[in-house]
Amino acid sequence: MVAETEQPRSTWHRPTTFYDHRVKWGIYVALAAFLAWSLWGILAGVGLSRFTEGLGYGVTLLQTMYPPRTEAGDLVRLGDRLLESVAMAMVATAIGVTISIPVAFGAAQNLVSRPIYLLSRAIISISRAIDGLIVAIIAVMAFGFGPLAGIIAISFKTVGFFSKLLSEDVEDINMGSIESVESTGASRFQTLVYGVVPQIVPRFVGLTVYRWDINIRASAIIGIVGAGGIGQLLMTAYSRYEFDYVASILLGIILVVLLAEYVSAVVRRRVQ
Amino acid sequence: MLETHDLRKVYPTGDEALTSISTTIEGKEFVAMIGPSGAGKSTFVRCINRLTEPTSGTVELDGTDLTALSSAELRDARRNIGMIFQEYNLVERLTVMENVLSGRLGYVSNWAAFRRKFPQEDIELAYEILELVGLGGMENKRVDELSGGQRQRVGIARAVVQNPKILLADEPTSSLDPETSHDVMELLTDIATDHDIPVLINIHEVDLAVGYADRLLGLHDGELVFDGTPEELTDDTHGVIYRGEELTTTEAKRAIPAGGRR
Repeated sequence: MVAETEQPRSTWHRPTTFYDHRVKWGIYVALAAFLAWSLWGILAGVGLSRFTEGLGYGVTLLQTMYPPRTEAGDLVRLGDRLLESVAMAMVATAIGVTISIPVAFGAAQNLVSRPIYLLSRAIISISRAIDGLIVAIIAVMAFGFGPLAGIIAISFKTVGFFSKLLSEDVEDINMGSIESVESTGASRFQTLVYGVVPQIVPRFVGLTVYRWDINIRASAIIGIVGAGGIGQLLMTAYSRYEFDYVASILLGIILVVLLAEYVSAVVRRRVQ
Repeated sequence: MLETHDLRKVYPTGDEALTSISTTIEGKEFVAMIGPSGAGKSTFVRCINRLTEPTSGTVELDGTDLTALSSAELRDARRNIGMIFQEYNLVERLTVMENVLSGRLGYVSNWAAFRRKFPQEDIELAYEILELVGLGGMENKRVDELSGGQRQRVGIARAVVQNPKILLADEPTSSLDPETSHDVMELLTDIATDHDIPVLINIHEVDLAVGYADRLLGLHDGELVFDGTPEELTDDTHGVIYRGEELTTTEAKRAIPAGGRR
């Protein structure tokens, strides 16, 4: 209703973000049409019978999974590989966070010049644009099978995530504190350690633990493309149709992930 | 001694915040700059230590032109200028002592700053000043545990520990209740006398300015329209400062020195 400047005083419409009410409904209709078209495309090729059939296979698969394998030798292998995943996550978090620190400061618009800002943002965008599994495939091709490729892939993904979130916190700091430290004649470095760092330390710790917990999950899955850890064992068991072992591995992964999530939640609650 | 000559500031938006301010502040004068919101009071104070970069004109502190300094030289010069802010501008997550000692950063190495390792004299001085501002025994409290009045005292302590040659204060009482405002003003006058340094404060509460200052500067729309003692601030001059009225009485005219208006 933008065109009507003189509205009758007796009616009132909430202004819409879509410029006009007709445009708003147009967008809603277009979205609904697209969703309907997508659903039709999928359902036409599948049909209900295939879905019910699939459910049957699913039940059979679950039945072959039970009971999970508990032989000592297999469990030791499982434990070793789980430990490898956790170790990969630890190392990758440490490397990724270390690289993220300069990138995060560089990507904070309130602290650096335009070229450094754009460069840092570019690094973040590249890291975020490529999915972890694809990075892992490339890393496996470059460095061969095993945990090294996994560590590189997870570290790479950590940089994009961590730098982006930390840089947003750096941009939100109280610039008044920075100004007052500068006004005493402090150098740039002193201003950084005295004015900026204390303001972001709690978030830094929280984000590190949060990313560590994400990395544990990533390191469990990344092995399916050969990048080390429990995922590799899962893939082997699966391709050998050892579904009872698959069940044990999945339970192991769930246990570790839940534990990591719990630790991460407790630590973050305490620092923030 | 602080001297400004034709100090002018035009913001990138085209707003002329200061037209051409020339004034001198010396001795242990307590100078309060008054004027309506948007008159340029903050800009003037911030142009002195170049937190805001002046467009033209000069600022001389004891004969050194601050506007001509390189950034490294400016850092050294800033050690001699203490500044107190409206929102205190403390580092909230640090202790009172760390905030006070940040006033000595200009004298220590980066590594020492990183390890919070300050010379013994600095620490003794900090304790002494904490006592002076009434925060004795509070050195290990974190600043975010303090009240507004206490925070501003930390802000004052940080400025005083610099052993500055001049103290600037940008609306130091605006975030405080009336009683605390009086305490802070009293503290600032005491510091001017005890440390024998001039204090320049910008303030919008005229009563406080009249009550504590030795000299008032009136700013209207970026122009210095009044320069005199609190006794010389009549209703007419008040109107000139706050409403931009032309002067009507001869008495008021005398209150404005020849160089004060352009």
